[in-house]
Amino acid sequence: MINFITSEFSFEILFLLFSVGAIGSLFLNKNDKLANFWSSFFSISSSIWGLIISICAISFGQDLLFSVGHSVFSVFSVSFHVDKLSAFFIFIISLISLFCSIYGIGYVKHFYKKYNIGALGFFYNTFILGMLLVVSSSNGIFFLLAWELMSLASYFLVVYDRNDEENIKAGFLYFIMTHVGTAFIILALLLLYKFTGSFDFDIVKSNMGLVPLYIKNLVFIFSIIGFGTKAGIVPFHVWLPSAHPAAPSHVSALMSGVMIKTGIFMMIKIFLDILQPVPVWWGLTILVIGSVSSLLGVLYALTEHDLKRLLAYHSIENIGIILLGLGSALTFTSLGLPALALLGLIAALFHTLNHATFKSLLFLSAGSVISQTHTRNMEEFGGLIKYMPQTAFFFLIGSMAISALPPFNGFFSEWLTFQSLFQGIMSLDFYSKGIFIFAVGSLAFTGGLALACFVKAFGATFLARPRSEEVKHAKESSFSLLFGMGALALLSLVFGIFSGYLGSFFEKIAKSFTFAQNVFYPSFSTDSMLKVGNSFSSVSAPAIFIFFAIIFLIVIFVTKFLINRNQKVTINSTWDCGTDLTPRMEITATGFSRSIIVILKGILRPNIKKEIVYNDAGSKYLPKSRFVILSIKDIYQAYFYTPLHKITTFLSLQIKKIQNGNVNSYILYIFFALIVTLFLAI
Amino acid sequence: MNILIWIIQIVFIPIMSPLCVGIIRKIKAKLQNRKGASIFQPYNDLWKLFNKDEVISKDASWVFRYAPFVIFSVTIFVGMSVPIFMSFVNNTFTSDILVIIYMLALGTFFLALSGLDTGGAFGGFGSSREMTMSALAEGGFIFSLLTISFIAGTTNLLAISNVGILQHGHLLLSSILAFISFFIILLAENTRYPFDNPSTHLELTMIHEAMILEYSGKRLALIEWASSNKLLIFISLGSSLFFPWGIAGALSLSALLFGLFIFCLKVFIFCLAIAVLESSIAKLRFFKLPDLLLIAFILNVIAIILIF
Repeated sequence: MINFITSEFSFEILFLLFSVGAIGSLFLNKNDKLANFWSSFFSISSSIWGLIISICAISFGQDLLFSVGHSVFSVFSVSFHVDKLSAFFIFIISLISLFCSIYGIGYVKHFYKKYNIGALGFFYNTFILGMLLVVSSSNGIFFLLAWELMSLASYFLVVYDRNDEENIKAGFLYFIMTHVGTAFIILALLLLYKFTGSFDFDIVKSNMGLVPLYIKNLVFIFSIIGFGTKAGIVPFHVWLPSAHPAAPSHVSALMSGVMIKTGIFMMIKIFLDILQPVPVWWGLTILVIGSVSSLLGVLYALTEHDLKRLLAYHSIENIGIILLGLGSALTFTSLGLPALALLGLIAALFHTLNHATFKSLLFLSAGSVISQTHTRNMEEFGGLIKYMPQTAFFFLIGSMAISALPPFNGFFSEWLTFQSLFQGIMSLDFYSKGIFIFAVGSLAFTGGLALACFVKAFGATFLARPRSEEVKHAKESSFSLLFGMGALALLSLVFGIFSGYLGSFFEKIAKSFTFAQNVFYPSFSTDSMLKVGNSFSSVSAPAIFIFFAIIFLIVIFVTKFLINRNQKVTINSTWDCGTDLTPRMEITATGFSRSIIVILKGILRPNIKKEIVYNDAGSKYLPKSRFVILSIKDIYQAYFYTPLHKITTFLSLQIKKIQNGNVNSYILYIFFALIVTLFLAI
Repeated sequence: MNILIWIIQIVFIPIMSPLCVGIIRKIKAKLQNRKGASIFQPYNDLWKLFNKDEVISKDASWVFRYAPFVIFSVTIFVGMSVPIFMSFVNNTFTSDILVIIYMLALGTFFLALSGLDTGGAFGGFGSSREMTMSALAEGGFIFSLLTISFIAGTTNLLAISNVGILQHGHLLLSSILAFISFFIILLAENTRYPFDNPSTHLELTMIHEAMILEYSGKRLALIEWASSNKLLIFISLGSSLFFPWGIAGALSLSALLFGLFIFCLKVFIFCLAIAVLESSIAKLRFFKLPDLLLIAFILNVIAIILIF
């Protein structure tokens, strides 16, 4: 049975199931219900199948190499290489798409009669299929096709809700950015092809000795830009906060939770596997990028009052945290410290899994709120905990997990990331140490700011009194939505409590890398604990959970039933200083984070625009109405993209001068070209 | 015997913490030429609150109702994980610097949410200020404990207190810098002067008190108790990690009693320092506070660079 599951045949079934789901729902597009059923049925069942085969492949399987059909071209083949790392990413993709698909059954209903459900099912299944192909392909050109399949399918999902002008714009930005990224990826792959003579990743890896160092460095820079655009590192993140919120919520969850991780997957694969050995500055560069992305991601999240944009910015933050683990791993491999590199890689992989779970949980709960209130603006929420108690509970769990509060999963992967950075500070030379200190500092502040941001997000959305009429009509979402969220919330807790067990799982994956073979090191996890060094650090997730639960229950029991049992509890209104409290007196999401923004105005560049309309325009004594517009300056637009745009336009205009429409001058060009070729030929 | 030791370790902080607050208040009263309430007054206050009836806002949800239990449990949990006056207890499960920092953050998280939950204007602003401060204090907090972890070669708190960091002569400067910033963080996290006035109810300045304005009865008692626990936890961290003299390193009655005596002495010195500081300086303007918190952070960066 295991042999069958880990054979190439089962992977082909997996891809086939998604294709059938995609094409079938396209044929059924006349009937909304049937199309939804078909696409959900196939995405759920194939996700379950994906889970089974990926778990088996990690636990028992060997690397699996196979190709489909015979290609007539020598450089292109539909070939796959499923190693432990790919299997792990197949696991993440299947896990998240399973719950997103279950959620989708109910969520899609509000698109009935409005949009084409068959098309949604088609692109949804194609999108997941594209991601699976990306992480399992082993031929460069086939990889690019899969990458494009994933990007285009997700583009169509971003613009699915097409009646909103904003979504079309967001989709266009995404389309441009993702293709700029792809261009750099193509450059990197072409460079590798030129020196190794193959597009096959395995052959590229074995011929790595032929590639000179400066080409490797170029490939590194191109890959950082190309895959970093997909992953959403600063400053290539601009598409992310506009594209992710535009898509339907279960697709946002997949995009934020899983799709941006394919960028991380390729970075791990290329830097830690294919291009080895690598110079030290690569790892340090990735550390700096990670620190900057995590810090800026969370700061921009604080400035948002659009719930889904806020979550999208947190994706940037968490990609930064993953890159901190990856960067330290890369630095350690270059310096010949494979045991520590293993720690960094485990931290990165663990955080990848954790971020996938809690970020998709948060997007799904946000979707549940938005489908009831029909707005993404947090200033119009408030008090939803009374109307949607389960959604609120799940969002709270997601918030705690993403803010790295124990005993949820986010804490344990951040703990490992911290530890690998600590090891760097202890064992490296002065300059590298400085960068590691910077990384620890930014991770520490990121943690604190994320906490503040989620107090704001949860508080403004679910607590206090409703700030709009929409909220008062909100009802709890249907079962399929709650099931999707509930399962992910449970996973956030389970992955936290069993982090020790998961640690050995990740060690298995990390050990399959070439740098980690034949290295002796103490294990980072025993059954219930994570530990680093002989006695440097250790933490036990079950102990934290059990001790805290016992203390919590005892405290409740003692206070409620032992002390002053006859206490009377009166329900009364909040103290209002003598005037009636209105929702306008509550603190808003904008107001909540304003003090942090003002403190950090050097980075965030807040704007205030005041507009006053006077009753007496001449003397300006009696104001009629007053607007205050608080905003953040878009420094990437102003200092990076606009100048880039200007330079490109300028160069194009200059080049245009050659094309003057005069036939004589064209003949002159040909003449010059001929002479030059002649000289070159001689 | 082991169980007895653990019970002492768990209940010591909650039992002694109101006394610590009472002592600080008494010293402050003396410095202000007042007679002051008895040092046992905080116990009476807690008892009184536990026996009172309670009013809960009709806008409040279960977050408001259960937050005090979480906040209090967090301080008990952290209290049992920090070294108090015995360092021989071996706790590799929860006694990690990051665990206690993030557990305390869990308490702050629920405190801030409960401030928002009732929908009053004060609670919201209190939460906003509290989260601003705690976000900016996080870096200094982690780094000050990290500095001494590097000196001691472990991030386990009990193991650090066993090593005794001030004995490492050439690292004295690092330890001093780390201690200064730790003390700044102690004041910030416990909302003492110059960050917040713990006895004010003036709406323009209050931070901690603004968040708990709507609480009464048992729940208020739990929150008040939790905040005094937190103060004693920080004082214990300061005294046992930075000045681990006299801490009981082995299980014997004389060592324990000596450790307890020295611990009480150290706590008294800390209380004296806090009280003198509160009586002699003014509260800083809110937007000046980040400077102080960032100084705490920078000092630690220097301290860590000096170590290696």
